[in-house]
Amino acid sequence: MPTIQPIAGENELHPDVALVERVRAGDISAYDTLVRKYDRQVFRIAQHITQNREDAEDVMQDAFLKAYEKLDQFQGNSKFYTWLVRIAVNESLMRLRKRRTGKMVSIDEDVETEEGSVPRDLADWAPDPEQNYNQTELGEILRKTIQGLPHGFRVVFVLRDVEGLSTDETAEALGLSVPAVKSRLLRARLQLRERLSRYFHRKKGQAARKGDGVKK
Amino acid sequence: MTCTEFLALLDDLIDDTVTTELRTEIEQHMHKCSHCEVVFNTTRKTIEIYRSNELYELPPDLRERLHTAIMARCKKGS
Repeated sequence: MPTIQPIAGENELHPDVALVERVRAGDISAYDTLVRKYDRQVFRIAQHITQNREDAEDVMQDAFLKAYEKLDQFQGNSKFYTWLVRIAVNESLMRLRKRRTGKMVSIDEDVETEEGSVPRDLADWAPDPEQNYNQTELGEILRKTIQGLPHGFRVVFVLRDVEGLSTDETAEALGLSVPAVKSRLLRARLQLRERLSRYFHRKKGQAARKGDGVKK
Repeated sequence: MTCTEFLALLDDLIDDTVTTELRTEIEQHMHKCSHCEVVFNTTRKTIEIYRSNELYELPPDLRERLHTAIMARCKKGS
């Protein structure tokens, strides 16, 4: 019998658990595999939180080093990835705090805002709104828009909707309650939608040109 | 169903965690309320766009450099 509890609801051990076991037994090449498996995700999360490329590079290194050093504390009752994300989020927040010269930074920052909790812009979007911009323009719009979100909303949206963590995993990674994650996710989604609307509105004559009749 | 009730169920609808009965009720509301239909479609599209566009790519050379640095630090610490 393995000493690690399988993830609730799953009968088989997650392949990551086997890799963690190998690292604990001294096989560092198994850690190499884990780093390659999750480095892109950790980098993305760090960039979304710190909004700074150099910080994200540092966070990525520090997070993987810390995870390696703390591997004995990994219980196996959560996924390795969720546990790693939690470390990466904390490292990112620490990095932000350093840049703000010691000012407290937390994922609860600015979440009391009511902005965007009720949809105001109710005009429909163009059929494939992203087609109206080239890849560089679209990237700028998406970055600028998500960077404008309060910190505590942005990180929930990124983990849940971009990185695909479940609500429970997001709550665990951020040290938040499940209701808090749900409430932030809804507001994050609505605020992003509202802010993107100004770029993605259906333009006059567009529907006719694309042969896609306006409904109703 | 009111628009406020609809909004409270929006995430569950997007994440497909509503019961069949509730889904029917929601769809009936959207059929009557074009505003809620727009909010649903554009919110879902918002998520899709963010999911399908990689905003912060890790370039291969940087990836290799960071990877080497990480493994060197781990080996040094162990």
